[in-house]
Amino acid sequence: MSNIESYEVRLKDFNWSISEKELGYKPGNTLNIGWYCSDRICLQGKGDKLALLWESSTGAEKKFTYHDIRRASNSIGAFLHGLGIKPEDRVCLFMDKIPELYIGLLGILKTGAIGQPLFSAFGDESLFVRLDNAQTSAIITQKKHAPKVRKILDKLPRLKHIIIVDYDGKAPLREREVPFSLEKAVPIDHFDVYPTQAESPSLLHYTSGTTGQPKGVKHVHYSLVSQYLTSKWVLDLQEDDIYWCTADPGWVTGTSYGIVGPWSMGVTQAVLDAGFSAEAWYKFIEKYRITMWYSAPTAIRSLMKAGNEVVKKYDLSSLRHLASVGEPLNPEAVIWSERIFGKAFLDTYWQTETGSIMISNYPGMKIKPGSMGKAFPGITATVLDPKTYEPYNVTGKIGLIALKPGWPSMMRTYWNNEEAYKNKFKNGWYLTGDRASIDKEGYFWFVGRDDDVINTAGHLVSPFEVESALLEHPAIAESAVVSKPDPINMEVVKAFVTLKPGFAASTDLELEIMNFIRKKLSPLAMPQEIEYVESLPKTRSGKIMRRILHAKEWGEEIGDTSALEND
Amino acid sequence: MDNLKDMILKYVIEEYMEEGGDPISYDTPLISGGIVDSFSMVSLKRFLENKYKISIPDDQATPEAFDSVNKISDVVKRFVK
Repeated sequence: MSNIESYEVRLKDFNWSISEKELGYKPGNTLNIGWYCSDRICLQGKGDKLALLWESSTGAEKKFTYHDIRRASNSIGAFLHGLGIKPEDRVCLFMDKIPELYIGLLGILKTGAIGQPLFSAFGDESLFVRLDNAQTSAIITQKKHAPKVRKILDKLPRLKHIIIVDYDGKAPLREREVPFSLEKAVPIDHFDVYPTQAESPSLLHYTSGTTGQPKGVKHVHYSLVSQYLTSKWVLDLQEDDIYWCTADPGWVTGTSYGIVGPWSMGVTQAVLDAGFSAEAWYKFIEKYRITMWYSAPTAIRSLMKAGNEVVKKYDLSSLRHLASVGEPLNPEAVIWSERIFGKAFLDTYWQTETGSIMISNYPGMKIKPGSMGKAFPGITATVLDPKTYEPYNVTGKIGLIALKPGWPSMMRTYWNNEEAYKNKFKNGWYLTGDRASIDKEGYFWFVGRDDDVINTAGHLVSPFEVESALLEHPAIAESAVVSKPDPINMEVVKAFVTLKPGFAASTDLELEIMNFIRKKLSPLAMPQEIEYVESLPKTRSGKIMRRILHAKEWGEEIGDTSALEND
Repeated sequence: MDNLKDMILKYVIEEYMEEGGDPISYDTPLISGGIVDSFSMVSLKRFLENKYKISIPDDQATPEAFDSVNKISDVVKRFVK
């Protein structure tokens, strides 16, 4: 029997107090996610239960019980205290998927500081923009990523501490660097967890928009209430599960459902710190007897591409429940997974801003392959007319996906950008920026973004950010960035550029530009194709019309071109 | 042909690894080892195509085929005339 039992029954008389009661939380009490994910589980008598099974790309293994992560997070909290970290200071986690990343977040939260996880593949410019915006006090990282921090250190006077978790003493520490070893740290049995309240800030996740720099999405400790219940009802996490969330905690899925959800439920989770390989993934499932697998459409399509023969080499019979997130899950992937694994991947939809799953397919509910499913109990979701911002009163029309604010894990603001936060609301609805339709049975069907933001492999990339970075390359005069279709990643970045006098178009220059962006921003933001053009389509006021370039890439109607300057 | 492997190895070290990283060999897992991610693989493929004046079809530029210098070298050899 699934945890949700019946979606229809759960809809009736739903109240978030269901989650509060199960968590033993009463409004007005202190609420600290770090404590809930470790100390509370130990107090329930599950301290000796495995919390984390970790494996590296070289096959190295580590295991941590709930007692272990409780004591280890205490040690990290005490270390941060020793450095002078105070409640609400921002502490960045900039690491591969190593145990220090997962346990480190709990340690940060226990001090009352705000965790700021960042994807370790970010280049120095992406890192700088986010640390500068958050005015981050400390960054926890590995020696392999420290050079990126060193490059931008002079521009970050507020960054006081660079904590290296794997310092080996071979090279001298640099300015502001301090070593910390989880293995050598004395486990601390008792730590005074900071008494955060429901509305105390917990996490700052950065997300990209069409214009401007990335925005810091501020979440609070009360988000636990949503993350716990969605983990229980959608991911269907159960006592004996071995759970694998393939997302990196540098992104919101990796924290909401790669740390907070499973550990607040006292579930054992497994982590593979390695790049993608179909063989390695299937081997991992077989070895650890994974029962619940939460992954992404890009990964699923990559597994499909690897073929069905490789699946037969492994015993995947432990798999009980599969779910997907990040981008729309195409019907072929749903059907394929049902045929190959005997279970369909259930699509889930949510965003960095929503903090938890909003629309989903549920265990036991009829699946319509390609559909996003229905709104989670307690979530009011609709599709708005883009002209009036009123909900459509007929089914099947494509409009803006909108949510009625008020669920526990809703972002509280964009960091230092209240105006951008307010712009996300119209007529009392939170606008997701995505478009969909709703069918007669209430199922949502994803259509696409309502703006120019590029969703590549489930990660949002700002065209503005890439265009700005391109202009820093000495050969580029002008740039325009749009998405182009990709069979695996759904969309990838494509750049159109004009060159400065004295530079000639060539494949070598294209590669140089690609690597320039990859190192400066991230591999995700790297244009996978660069097209040299004589000029870019612009309005008479000089604004680049990305819409026209986008339409050409997607084979769509170009539409009204009356504003074109050279029309 | 060791020149080919050395060229690929040098490029991977210079382009995809941070200074002070652990040394890698012809057999070090690049994709599954997290040294080169699937997005960066596109730039590695482009480098090989530019350098050796070849065109590698997408269906042969898989994470498995690009998972080590030795394997990449095999892919390149198939297309160099």
